[in-house]
Amino acid sequence: MRESAPAREVRVVHVMGTVFSFDVRTPMTPEIDHALDAAEDRLRHVDAVFSTYRPDSEISRLAAGTLTLDACPPEVGEVLELCAEIAEESDGRFTWTPGGRLDPSGMVKGWAAEAASDLLFEAGATDHCVNAGGDVQARGSAGPGQAWRIGLAHPYHRGDLMAVVVGSDIAVATSGTAERGGHIVDPRTGRPATGLVSLTLVGRHLTHVDALATAGFAMGDEARDWVDGLPGIEAFAVTADGRAWQTPGLPAWTGTGAANPE
Amino acid sequence: MMRRAVLATSATVAGISLLLALKPHNGGLAVASGSPAGRSGDAGSATVTPPEASGPSGSVGPSKKGTKSGGKSGASGTYTGNTIDTRYGPVQVQVTVAQGKLTGVKVLQTPSENGRDRRLAAMSVPRLTQEALAAGNARIDTVSGATYTSEGYIGSLQSALDKAHA
Repeated sequence: MRESAPAREVRVVHVMGTVFSFDVRTPMTPEIDHALDAAEDRLRHVDAVFSTYRPDSEISRLAAGTLTLDACPPEVGEVLELCAEIAEESDGRFTWTPGGRLDPSGMVKGWAAEAASDLLFEAGATDHCVNAGGDVQARGSAGPGQAWRIGLAHPYHRGDLMAVVVGSDIAVATSGTAERGGHIVDPRTGRPATGLVSLTLVGRHLTHVDALATAGFAMGDEARDWVDGLPGIEAFAVTADGRAWQTPGLPAWTGTGAANPE
Repeated sequence: MMRRAVLATSATVAGISLLLALKPHNGGLAVASGSPAGRSGDAGSATVTPPEASGPSGSVGPSKKGTKSGGKSGASGTYTGNTIDTRYGPVQVQVTVAQGKLTGVKVLQTPSENGRDRRLAAMSVPRLTQEALAAGNARIDTVSGATYTSEGYIGSLQSALDKAHA
């Protein structure tokens, strides 16, 4: 039982085919309120620019060849550049051209969530958490002297967790099939990735962590060695045969968040 | 100094909790370990399942030390578990029980402490039920999982956490 509940302002935004939850623990100010509005507007703008489901989005028109990159908002070039970086880091397992189509969706959500988090931080909300449909960017603390406690959803038992990751400035992203079926395609085979049921990566910046989680999930079993060699990133995975594994550094994150292992 | 030691211990406890959860969950216990913020029962909770029953009658062995306290039913005291040889090395824990309720876990031996083993530990999928989390007073702020749809969100744990404010 808590003696006194910490300040908490929650805003839920349905956008990009999922739900973003903003949870601000810094006492509210007009600036933070405006930043929440700006973050929501920003997500809707990003969706309008990057949605591959909208034929009039810049990304759709760029893909169709009816718009040049120069004519796109600068964030399009920024995102495509990030995609190239992650593709290199993941040896081609991350792609923004699945099946030859231009589709940076694997990058956009985490990047947009971290950008929204930055907006809140700059407005003075030093303690907050943005959850982008299951991918989390947390900053500061959850309450006085309390690190953020982020549960990892159990892929087989809805509502249960597998572990709790604890930290202050921390990003946690999970790729998996539990919610939508086999929707992550291994770009090398063109088929849904099957080796893993769930792959959670923990690090500092959600843009990076989320894209790497997508890439790692597509690798299946090979993700094990790959992720072990990623600096600043820890992992927890569930394999298709019902086992789990974690990187040796993960327990430092599941124990206490007072000191992040960096 | 003291604070540092406490942090290290609870980190190890949580780490080993995951290791110990590698056997099928037959009635896990809710563990409340010390909080780094000094607020007991608010951090470090996990479901601990006794290591495999290949040893004599489970993990918690006979070397009990402590006294029965109070008139309430349920044992109290400190129990030292047998050392279990796992694939990754020996594991031994000590648990403290107050009136039948597990109040603390201390890790006496852990494989990760000998040799900084870089192998990735394989295990069964740990399961922390909401009942166990509630019993251990484990606060959860948010949930990471496979991307949910707008519809999938509605019945999710995250949705419940979002509604729980104020």
